[in-house]
Amino acid sequence: MGVYILRRFGLMLLTLFGMSVLIFVMLRLVPGNISDILFESAGLVNPAEKKKIEAELGLDQPIIVQYWRWVSGLSRGDLGYAYVSEKPAIDEILPRIPITAKLASMALFFSVLFGVPLGVISAVKQNSPIDYLLRIVSLSGLSLPSFWLGLLILMGFVNYFGWIPIYSKPPDSFWTEVGLLAIPAAAVGFRSSALVMRLTRSSMLEVLRQDYIRTARSKGASNMAVNFKHALRNAVLPVVTIIGIEAAFLIGGLIVTETVFNIPGVARFLVEAIRWRDYPIVQNLVMFIAVVVVVINFLVDMAYAMLDPRIKYED
Amino acid sequence: MQENMNTSKQVRTDAAGTAAASGTILEVEGLQTYFFTRQGLVKAVDRVSFTLNKSETLAIVGESGCGKSITALSLLRLIPDPPGRIVGGSIKLLGVDLIGLSEDQMRKVRGNDISMIFQEPMTSLNPVMTIGNQIAEVLLLHQGMTKAQAHAKAVDMLRLVKIPEPEQRVKEYPHQLSGGMRQRAMIAIALACNPKVLIADEPTTALDVTIQAQILELIVELQQRLGTAVILITHDLGVVAETAQRVIVMYAGRKVEEASVGDLFAKPLHPYTRGLMNSIPRLDLIRGAETANTRLQEIPGIVPALTALPKGCVFAPRCPLAEDRCRAEYPDYKQDAPGHWVACWRSDVVAGGTSG
Amino acid sequence: MAIAGDHQAELNKAGANVSSRWGSVAFYIRRYPLGAIGALIFAVFVLTAIFAPLLTGFDPTSTNAKASLARPGAAGHHLGADFMGRDMFSRIIYGARISLAVGIGSTLLSCIFGVTIGLTSGYFGGWYDLIVQRVIDIMQSLPLLVMALVMAASLGPSLSNTIIAIAIPSIPNIARIIRSNTLQLREMPYVEAARAVGMGELSIAIRHVLPNTIAPLIVLGTAQLGSAILTEASLSFLGLGIPEPHPSWGRMLSESAAEYVRTAPWLVIFPGIAISLAVFGTNLLGDALRDILDPRQRT
Repeated sequence: MGVYILRRFGLMLLTLFGMSVLIFVMLRLVPGNISDILFESAGLVNPAEKKKIEAELGLDQPIIVQYWRWVSGLSRGDLGYAYVSEKPAIDEILPRIPITAKLASMALFFSVLFGVPLGVISAVKQNSPIDYLLRIVSLSGLSLPSFWLGLLILMGFVNYFGWIPIYSKPPDSFWTEVGLLAIPAAAVGFRSSALVMRLTRSSMLEVLRQDYIRTARSKGASNMAVNFKHALRNAVLPVVTIIGIEAAFLIGGLIVTETVFNIPGVARFLVEAIRWRDYPIVQNLVMFIAVVVVVINFLVDMAYAMLDPRIKYED
Repeated sequence: MQENMNTSKQVRTDAAGTAAASGTILEVEGLQTYFFTRQGLVKAVDRVSFTLNKSETLAIVGESGCGKSITALSLLRLIPDPPGRIVGGSIKLLGVDLIGLSEDQMRKVRGNDISMIFQEPMTSLNPVMTIGNQIAEVLLLHQGMTKAQAHAKAVDMLRLVKIPEPEQRVKEYPHQLSGGMRQRAMIAIALACNPKVLIADEPTTALDVTIQAQILELIVELQQRLGTAVILITHDLGVVAETAQRVIVMYAGRKVEEASVGDLFAKPLHPYTRGLMNSIPRLDLIRGAETANTRLQEIPGIVPALTALPKGCVFAPRCPLAEDRCRAEYPDYKQDAPGHWVACWRSDVVAGGTSG
Repeated sequence: MAIAGDHQAELNKAGANVSSRWGSVAFYIRRYPLGAIGALIFAVFVLTAIFAPLLTGFDPTSTNAKASLARPGAAGHHLGADFMGRDMFSRIIYGARISLAVGIGSTLLSCIFGVTIGLTSGYFGGWYDLIVQRVIDIMQSLPLLVMALVMAASLGPSLSNTIIAIAIPSIPNIARIIRSNTLQLREMPYVEAARAVGMGELSIAIRHVLPNTIAPLIVLGTAQLGSAILTEASLSFLGLGIPEPHPSWGRMLSESAAEYVRTAPWLVIFPGIAISLAVFGTNLLGDALRDILDPRQRT
């Protein structure tokens, strides 16, 4: 077990290193120099100021040095400078994290709450009318763009209540905040629960075909016991790993949903930074997202190792 | 369908009066299990009848795909539906027809009155449950034990099937056990409720040759100790000779011959049975290797697709003795000696061939 | 027992006695009704894209100040008109072309690279495979939309850049599945046999392994198509995909859509329906294809 954790941890560090290289390279695909773009979008004309920006960003240095400066800055918690707001980037990003984290956990909660039980029902009643219905619902969940779902929800609010729930400034109480976040969280969560449902269903169907399910039936176990005691316990193992996939999937949904509902979270900030062409911020935000996903996946693997007796006893 | 209302408990008490006297535990009559597939109607089990007596071992023999395993699963009503279904016949356990039982009543029979061990010990145990819990499960389901009692009994059962350090092993998971040990654990599960009938579906096929004999010995020993009637499904006539008292031979979903082990080996009446016997190596023949007729013979051809069974006798296309009548009409069962039945037009020729 | 009569209905349900080609089509429609609906929606989507000019008299890009925010039905605009007076119906019809172009373009691109990488790394193994696996791991740790967003922003808005920005983040998933498929195929007896008769490794990979990855590839490709259409819509919605004046469904929802929620809901409803239907149809079709082609899923 100890060896496994250590190996998995090393792999995580390797992935993060590769990720930083990937992000660094991706953002240098930009045709033309970053300083030119920043320069233009900031509306500056003085060549001296351009030189100053270049020096500040270290763009006059060789590419390896630039990369080293960025990564070592990251490790010290130095995320650079937000050009538009003229504040240290960390001051822009930090206050936005809790909002996005709350939204994401609520959406995740929704998706597991509905996705797992409905996926089990769908698998157990395979090819029955209820299975067809659930498959149509989950497939449409994956087919509706979540930003459109968000817009439809807004439209419903406008038509029935005459107002739109906007998360403008930090709400007064915890429950107001939950209320305000519940709607966008449902919009993101619908899509995610559709994914969870599908993955649970196929995992469950796979398990139901196994020999040990036939053994359980031959022992006289009831359908409930077969499905929940024998099958679900085996089927949730792969479903746990879904939470890792979910994390990446959710972030995509958050980006558009925060934009639709005007929620001042990290995900919308990324879109804004891209629009403002504030590349140093984009680079750091993308790296931040990557770290979150990679760490979640690491934790999920650890949880999997705890849950599956076959892994626990190895080494 | 009055028996419908009987629960398993009543089955046990009724037993004393009627069936036990005759010694018959299980009476299968005209069993038909069909599968409805895209390729057509598959008559996996077609009008198979047999009886099982108290404390005896009945072997069902045949090539793979002949319907042995489907027969076994039919007895427990575990045929996956769709695509399969029992469409006819009766399965009487101590006089009560299992076909007529509700699913709830049937569950009380499974694992309690009739239990089963499967071919693949590697995949037939639940990988995320401890061995102890898997044994305890049947006891909790059928014997009304407390958890503590069930776990104590689980240890006893492991000791009974000769797993060393049973106190340790109950806490372990299937992947920690070897294949032979897993099959012992399966036997422990199957015998935990002291069932009347144990169905063993190729219990040794997936195991190492050295382990196979041990598992068979264990089954025979426990059967004698507990008085369980055993249905042993196998393709191995050697196993039959060592363990069973009576045999039925199946081919393409039908019973083609039924006899005591002694009768069958002494005087096989169906050409298919003969074919099976000629395809196993015999030590006495190998020793006399200089004599001419020592080469192992195989049965020419393969089992026909069950969707395209020939008219007439199903074995006719592979049968060296087949004549026009065989291809036109399916033969009725005829009794050669008490308890020795065969479905073959030309059994007299087969019998003559053996004696000569 | 009248076996034949009794069981005919059940046999028909299971699809027995199907001999003719059309009988077979009828069987699949009956067996996979959702897939048939998906195929129908997908066909309508493709035909709309192909015959767009025949379906509408309006030019999707021509503006008309007088028709600004025209309601559905007004002045021949079946689905109304946007702020610049462009006909919504024709924009949605022509939008099918953009969606399909981006969908097929990026799917082809990602499949070509994904299959090449997956096949070679699975077949040849070794260091090359180890490196490929790590790179796939790394790329899959970044949410697809985030990566597409960054790429689209880096490359700049255009049709071909959008295709690339969606294709590249999709490669790892395809490569991973084709790789694991190849690993299984590599151990197949017929591959061993080809090796035994002295066939070169590369020709074995191309002649024996590649054709057997076609079935999973069709399944993957269909799923990829749906996902690409959706990603394009998201990118364009965020203003980073297809540039004006191309009629992209996602783009139509982007310009102050929250404002139109109040004043001109038809501008929000119709493009969304178009995206959802196209993706839904493709996904339904993909699901049925997976059931039919992937033997592991077959029951």
